[in-house]
Amino acid sequence: MITKTIVVTRKNGIHARPASQFVKVATSFESEVTVIKNGKSGNGKSIMGIMAMAIASGEEIILSTSGVDEEQAMEALENVLTELED
Amino acid sequence: MTKQLNGIAASSGIAIGKAFILQEPKLCIEERKIDDVLSEIKRFEHALELTKQDLVMIRDSVKMKMDQEKAEIFEAHLLILEDPELVDKVKVTIEKEKINAESAWNTEVQTIIGIFGQINDSYMKERAADIKDVSKRVLLHLSGQQWKSIDWTAEEVILIAEDLSPSETAQLDPGVVKGIVTDIGGRTSHSAIMARTMQIPAVVGTKESTQLVEPGTIVIVDGLEGNVILNPSTEQIKTYETKRCAHQKIQSELTRIIGLPVQTEDGFRVELVANIGSLIEVEAVLQNDAMGIGLFRTEFLFMEREQMPSEEEQFQVYQAVLTKMEQKPVIFRTLDIGGDKHLPYLELPQEMNPFLGFRAIRLCLERKDLFRTQLRALLRASVYGHLKIMFPMIATLDEWHQAKNLLMEVKEELLCEKVPVSHDISVGMMVEIPSTAVMAEQFAKEVDFFSIGTNDLIQYTFAADRMNERVSYLYQPCHPTILRLVKMVIDAAHKEGKWTGMCGEMASDPIAIPLLIGLGLDEFSTNPQTILQTKKIIRALTREEAQHLAEKALSMATSEQVETLVKNSARTPV
Repeated sequence: MITKTIVVTRKNGIHARPASQFVKVATSFESEVTVIKNGKSGNGKSIMGIMAMAIASGEEIILSTSGVDEEQAMEALENVLTELED
Repeated sequence: MTKQLNGIAASSGIAIGKAFILQEPKLCIEERKIDDVLSEIKRFEHALELTKQDLVMIRDSVKMKMDQEKAEIFEAHLLILEDPELVDKVKVTIEKEKINAESAWNTEVQTIIGIFGQINDSYMKERAADIKDVSKRVLLHLSGQQWKSIDWTAEEVILIAEDLSPSETAQLDPGVVKGIVTDIGGRTSHSAIMARTMQIPAVVGTKESTQLVEPGTIVIVDGLEGNVILNPSTEQIKTYETKRCAHQKIQSELTRIIGLPVQTEDGFRVELVANIGSLIEVEAVLQNDAMGIGLFRTEFLFMEREQMPSEEEQFQVYQAVLTKMEQKPVIFRTLDIGGDKHLPYLELPQEMNPFLGFRAIRLCLERKDLFRTQLRALLRASVYGHLKIMFPMIATLDEWHQAKNLLMEVKEELLCEKVPVSHDISVGMMVEIPSTAVMAEQFAKEVDFFSIGTNDLIQYTFAADRMNERVSYLYQPCHPTILRLVKMVIDAAHKEGKWTGMCGEMASDPIAIPLLIGLGLDEFSTNPQTILQTKKIIRALTREEAQHLAEKALSMATSEQVETLVKNSARTPV
């Protein structure tokens, strides 16, 4: 399992397209994906969970991936969270 | 059998096409105990699968039409169906509680909708609507029905529905939907507004169109007169086809004056801006080349909901409007509502006479918390564009002072909190209560501008309700009385170097426009759909003639005399 603290720099936060994109990417990997914000944790493969977290731009989250492809998953997901174009 | 239905003309134009009836499917979500858990879970999975197939089809067809944004909405819907948290929870509930899939599913969905409802974000609220849509589809499949939504058709149709929900109207494709007919609603319902914004001819309030129209039959929608003709004869089709072409011609001629200045033939310029009540209408404002928004009705934010809109929610809307309008001025009118509208969270008293009662600024000055919230949201949004504020229904100078002082207090508060606020905010008032027209000189010293709300001014002046058929004849915009009141206001403003606008319907009245130019009105604010027409009329006048007309009109005694005067004058293209 790998864990990383990431500051979300996506322009409008993780709403709309970014949330869908995040979940799609997360689901494409075998690893389990967990997102923790302000002590609350959510399943990274759950669109409801991610949207309900309402992650705004500039916020810090803890991303955790665990499984065979945990490294690739972490890299891909970090990209989604920090992509500057929206 | 040819039949004519009468309704309310909601969006102008003529449409002729085949009827497509939007049926509201019946859903049953009763909780039942079940014995066979495994087969119930299988039934649930099957419904999910069918729904997924629906959504994939819709998403793909929308993608083909190059509407990436809409396709993403359905993409999000698909993800909801695949959400492990949601799906697993439902299966667990079915197993543990031995209840039917409908009930287990609905309970989970309601919980999620509840969570989303708590989040103070307009975007999230829309997502709650999405979840409702997806949920409906699943429930329908569980009940063995299929949802025939408008996405299923490719050919052009006339849409017939009881009413159109916001999510349904958002999905309308003007390339496919050529006309709209509804059973219920009025000119200001959501479906009417959307139809106008999308320039789709529409007739609402027909009462029984969904019952009477046969799918696939020919229907004529006359959005000019408010009629719907079912199974028209060949004659009628021909006649309406001609009308349709004529209307199209006028519309396209009008588009030619987009970009031209709003000035009389002899070079006198005025501001021509729009009246709207929602963010979605900003599109129409820009399409019609309005110079700004002369009236943004903030009431819609407060209506049809169970709770007060929060400061954040209001701020997001005001900011979005200002951003979209860029540097064009937007005049926001503070809350103008009363007991005539259903607002459960305000707990307004039942009054005998709500239009002469506790409403608008009176409500706001008493419920200061409510007022402050709105003012805070407005002031915070002020840095995103060119914001102006006006207060409705002011009757006395004292009310003006109270409102203005509160605004200044709130501004100070924000500045102390280090929140940026624009330092260039014009603050004005509506002139709709006759007392303010009479005392215009006093008010002119204090306000930055006036906006004459003729709809109410005329009603209050003649003490007649324009919606009351028995006395609506007394609603006379071009009566010399009104002209005199308007003149008083304009003159008082000009004396103090201030400006006067008009946001009532009189501003787009072809008979009134020459008189208003003649009286010196500085700003005309009309519905987006009448902007170009108003511009056309102004451009065909000379100020000199208009002034002569106005002078003569003021000396007349009746509306009829004024109308005859204007109609007979050479220049007015009436």
